[in-house]
Amino acid sequence: MTTNGPRGYRPGLVDLATGQISREIFVNDDIYAEEQERVFARSWLFVGHESQIPNPGDFFVSRMGEESVILCRDRAGAVHVFLNSCRHRGMKVCRYDDGNTTVFTCPYHGWSYGTDGALVGVPYFREAYHSALDKARWGLVEVAQMCAYKGTVWANWDAAAPPFLEYLGEFRRFLDLILDGWDGREGQAELLGGVQKWLIPCNWKFPAENFSGDSYHNISHRSVDLVGVGPSGKSRRDYGELDVARKLHVAIPDRGHQTITYVLPSGHQPQPAYQNSPEVAEYFRHCEEERRRRPGANSRLIGAPGEIFPNLALLPRQPRTLAVWHPKGAHQTEVWRFFFVDRDAPAAVKNFLRDYYIRYSGPAGMTEQDDMENWNYAHAASRGVIARRYPYTYEMGLGHAVENYEWEGLLLPGRVVDLTAAQASEEPMRNLYRRWAEFMEADSWDELMTWRRNAPREAVAAK
Amino acid sequence: MSDDRLARVLLTHEVAEFLYAEAELLDERHYDEWLALLADDIRYWMPMRRNVKYGEAAREFTREQADIAWFDEGKETLTRRVRQIQTGIHWAEEPQSRIAHFVSNVQLIEATPSVADAQEVAAKCRFLVYRNRVETETDLLIGKREDTLRRSGNGWLVARRKIILDQNVLMSKNLTFFF
Repeated sequence: MTTNGPRGYRPGLVDLATGQISREIFVNDDIYAEEQERVFARSWLFVGHESQIPNPGDFFVSRMGEESVILCRDRAGAVHVFLNSCRHRGMKVCRYDDGNTTVFTCPYHGWSYGTDGALVGVPYFREAYHSALDKARWGLVEVAQMCAYKGTVWANWDAAAPPFLEYLGEFRRFLDLILDGWDGREGQAELLGGVQKWLIPCNWKFPAENFSGDSYHNISHRSVDLVGVGPSGKSRRDYGELDVARKLHVAIPDRGHQTITYVLPSGHQPQPAYQNSPEVAEYFRHCEEERRRRPGANSRLIGAPGEIFPNLALLPRQPRTLAVWHPKGAHQTEVWRFFFVDRDAPAAVKNFLRDYYIRYSGPAGMTEQDDMENWNYAHAASRGVIARRYPYTYEMGLGHAVENYEWEGLLLPGRVVDLTAAQASEEPMRNLYRRWAEFMEADSWDELMTWRRNAPREAVAAK
Repeated sequence: MSDDRLARVLLTHEVAEFLYAEAELLDERHYDEWLALLADDIRYWMPMRRNVKYGEAAREFTREQADIAWFDEGKETLTRRVRQIQTGIHWAEEPQSRIAHFVSNVQLIEATPSVADAQEVAAKCRFLVYRNRVETETDLLIGKREDTLRRSGNGWLVARRKIILDQNVLMSKNLTFFF
């Protein structure tokens, strides 16, 4: 492994001055192991949705990085996230995907835990342990921090990490684009039943950087564009309003979140969409009109692929999904994809969208299939000792991002590249890897919360 | 052998022969001919499967036309999938995979209105789909199928196909092929 010493990610492996990043960060097993500790054990990670556990005793087994965790609601109604591993010998205390229970009983030696994580049952406690085991010390390991935001549940193993909303920063409005209703009402997203889970033979950062805003790869989807799976029967998506919108990359520095977004001109009227079904078309026309009547900047934003650091991808518009890129060794990713609809939408609208989502996304998705082929073999062709000598270039659009970007009265946060003419930039990927390198270098969250040090300057900039 | 039993043997054999011939078309990449064997109102559904507690079998599968599935579609989408392969630039199938379908354990479940004069047949079988692509990439997908076949002229059309894959986390990166 070639690094410039222990703190050599920047400029050794991640050189943002020239926009060059070493292939080592994708294929090197030592870097992967360090990444588990420095990135995944300290970041806020998406765990699930509250609607998966509506009742006391409900649980959903999820993942945080390589770790299996249990998202559950205890008998008092409180939500918890626990490490799914018995404190005695490590066996998974739950091997179901979801369900309802009063206790999690380890199959190995029979220790059992309440839905609040407390160790409640130890076989031969009196006889073998002579009642000396301090049960209060041996409950399930619980995450250091948890946050429920508009139904989504996030967790963090690091007590020193900032609260989730501070971690999210000004990216929050882009997450809102998927969690709020299409008509702009807050938190109307409903999770469809069934989480797609599948394996891709590539490092988790390939999909993470793709969803950060790789509009340059559109050419790889030409086959599906030709065949047409979009909700009006053509192309991949309905984007009628893009003729008049500004297409932007928005990257939130210091946070590592980034996205593509489209800004509509003020006074813009809804464009025809979802033309395969009159009922669905009417639903979205109505919602778009409602959304425009609501105050707030999001009425003029159209969501597009984005990434919340490190491994949560959002696609707020078409199709409306969240995906988690769970690392599974340096050379494999386990994807979990969650699909959303408006809670109050008519059944016909939900059905129409579900059909569209399935033919677009996931392993049977006619669009996503081609992405996975690219990630698979880009990874495979980067593993050799010769290949590793040659970095990837991320210099596209270097030096073309601006701050305080404004269009027709709408001010956007972060560093923005206007893609309306340029079509593509690699500003979002540079933002992702800048943050990744900071995590790999920093010894504590104190070093990572640069915005707290810069608070006075940010406050001035916001005015 | 009684007439009833003979009719049943013949029909089971006829159904199996149809399923083998269908698999042959797929394995030989005769996709347009394969599409012609699908009824215009076909439902092609492959639910996802959960690990659930004993006694909760009803929750094991995602629900048809209500939950997310691996496939839940009709002929239009299946046709578009074929067309996508035929563009020659569907990179997940370019170069094309080498695929072999094995169909076995064919069981006749129901014949309507009768075995002797079957116009519609419900049959179960096991499948094994072997997919090898590029150099060494290999997938093995095994499970059960529940097919409804409808008589059409001298042959049969597939009117409904439920595909039960015996996996939880899908161990293949994609499903660019048919079952």
